[in-house]
Amino acid sequence: MISLRRMTKRSEPYVFAVIVALSLLIQARSGQFFSGNNLVDLTRSLIVPAMFSIGCMMVIVSGGIDVSFPAIASLAMFVTDKVLLASNYSGNVLLAYAMSAGLGLLMGALNGFLIGFLRLPTLVVTLGTSSLYTGLMYGAFAASASDVPPSIANHGKEILFTATNASTGLTSNMPIHIFILIGALILAFFILRYTMLGRGIYAIGGDEIAAERAGFNVRGIKMFLYSFVGLLAGITGIVRISMMSYADPSTMLSMDMTVIAAVVLGGTRVTGGVGTLIGTVLGITLMTMLSNSLILIGIPTYWARAFTGAVIIIGTGVTAHQTFSSRRRRSQMQKAKA
Amino acid sequence: MAIDTTDKKKIPVKMRKHDANLTRLFVMLILVFVLMTILRPNQFATVSSFNSMMRQFPEYGIMAIGVSLTMITGGIDLGVVGVANLSAILSAKFLISMVPKGAEVAQVVPFLIIAVLISVVTGITCGLISGILIAKFNIPPILATLGTQQLFTGIAIGLTNGRPQSGLPLLYSKIGNMEFFNFIPISFVVFLVAALAIGVMLSRMRLGTYMYLVGTNPRAAKYAGLNNAWILIRTYVLSGLLSSVAGLIMMARTNSAKADYGAPYTLQCVLIAVLGGINPNGGFGTITGVTMAILILQFLSSGLNMFNNISNFYRDVIWGGVLILVLVFNTLLTWNKERRAARRSMV
Repeated sequence: MISLRRMTKRSEPYVFAVIVALSLLIQARSGQFFSGNNLVDLTRSLIVPAMFSIGCMMVIVSGGIDVSFPAIASLAMFVTDKVLLASNYSGNVLLAYAMSAGLGLLMGALNGFLIGFLRLPTLVVTLGTSSLYTGLMYGAFAASASDVPPSIANHGKEILFTATNASTGLTSNMPIHIFILIGALILAFFILRYTMLGRGIYAIGGDEIAAERAGFNVRGIKMFLYSFVGLLAGITGIVRISMMSYADPSTMLSMDMTVIAAVVLGGTRVTGGVGTLIGTVLGITLMTMLSNSLILIGIPTYWARAFTGAVIIIGTGVTAHQTFSSRRRRSQMQKAKA
Repeated sequence: MAIDTTDKKKIPVKMRKHDANLTRLFVMLILVFVLMTILRPNQFATVSSFNSMMRQFPEYGIMAIGVSLTMITGGIDLGVVGVANLSAILSAKFLISMVPKGAEVAQVVPFLIIAVLISVVTGITCGLISGILIAKFNIPPILATLGTQQLFTGIAIGLTNGRPQSGLPLLYSKIGNMEFFNFIPISFVVFLVAALAIGVMLSRMRLGTYMYLVGTNPRAAKYAGLNNAWILIRTYVLSGLLSSVAGLIMMARTNSAKADYGAPYTLQCVLIAVLGGINPNGGFGTITGVTMAILILQFLSSGLNMFNNISNFYRDVIWGGVLILVLVFNTLLTWNKERRAARRSMV
């Protein structure tokens, strides 16, 4: 049982409270927030960022940062799309997922090798590979918006249920892809909670040298981590194009900032070692709600980017400040004991 | 006596290490130059091509110097392009709204001075914000400046609705595109002054030494009695100031200001700093190295431009690839050196 004092120290309850307050505010302003179709729309638009946020959160927990996942997702899905179109593929969509996931895995493994084995700084490496993959996509593959193979398009039309707004008559479809998100969340939860690998990710983020002395295979864990991010990104790429039913290479490229902001908002500590999947999902929900209803809460669309920046700064500022003051308090307590 | 001998031993070792990196860069610079001259003999090594190169690199070169400073202190500034655009937009907005159409030269000059001041003050303020977030709120520099980059670019977009600000007074672009002896652009002179000033600051002034110290070991610097926070804040203010100067140059070159101008410059600046021998973990690097890295990149980029069949997007591939290769090479070199040193100490 988590005590109340521990609850107030974590960010998740606050994020949840903000989400509730914001939804009430939007409901009061527009009267449409708690309608079935709006909730389905919201869920629909958070599937892709939430998929990205899983890997992003795990990397930040390990004390690193990855800005290359949008580029990996875009290149993996684009190559898959082109190859399947060229071969007139009409079979199961699973092949598209497997291919894109495999390509993503390879690209992530390059990050993992450079970061884990050569110990290069994570930001500089992922900035570099991000530029590399984007350049390859536009240069070597001459990427532009293109069609998707019929199997992917049909997969995008698979619908779980349809919600209708009673007063406006607007309908929204819940895509089947929600199960992919749920599956990825369960997998990540299992890894983080029940495996030595998962404990290792938290241990590296807490103190890399201590983790190594404790016997964790730091290189292997980092290799896994960045490859896993790549794999998830590859899958996310196909999710995105099947939901949109055309392949636009630029559609995911600017998502990195929003996703990182959401992960940090959700209580993942930027210095590593602390973070939960529940917090991450809450963070993504809050960010999606904000960007979907900026106008409703009185912020013009041109200011959306400034708003994201402010959210990142405030979110990271609060968590960084918490870390710092809790560390200071702990060292004072130790001094008092001595 | 004992102290004397250790001193004598230490200095040459340091000098040698320092020179090795610069020599490597210099060889690379010559190689790229010779390669491009051979591949494009009639285009590359010409007066007009040098003139256009001197026009191109100051704007990102000055920002790269700012990024290098922050990397020497163990941080990074990913907000330089945002600061440059925001400060350019604010002074462009001022000029467009205040200067009457068809005004006399003498009338315009005071407005230009105020516009430059607006830009510089904006740059300093932005740097101050980043610096305070990093030094006082303990936000890791990567995230703080990712945030400020979004914020500053966002404010610039919000102020202009994303539209380019054009219609600057003619005098501004006339001064900004002036050339000495019909060859040396004024932006190049500004770059030289900035590089010299920062170079002297790093090697001769107390603040420079402090920056290296904080970058090498912040805890040791703190226990040595340095005010780390104040040193970091000044570093980011300097970076902001340099970015605003770059913004003024961009404004003169394109004769307008735009919120999302020069987005690839962020990566390019980090690349230049790393290529120039700045250690991303802090504590190492010189402005001479950075300047050579800027020249190498400009030679590469101008040279590639002369091949019609190479898509512009390959430049992204090359920048990303070069960045990673240089990092890998530097790491392997350090490992090798460490291994040799370890072997020597075992003997």
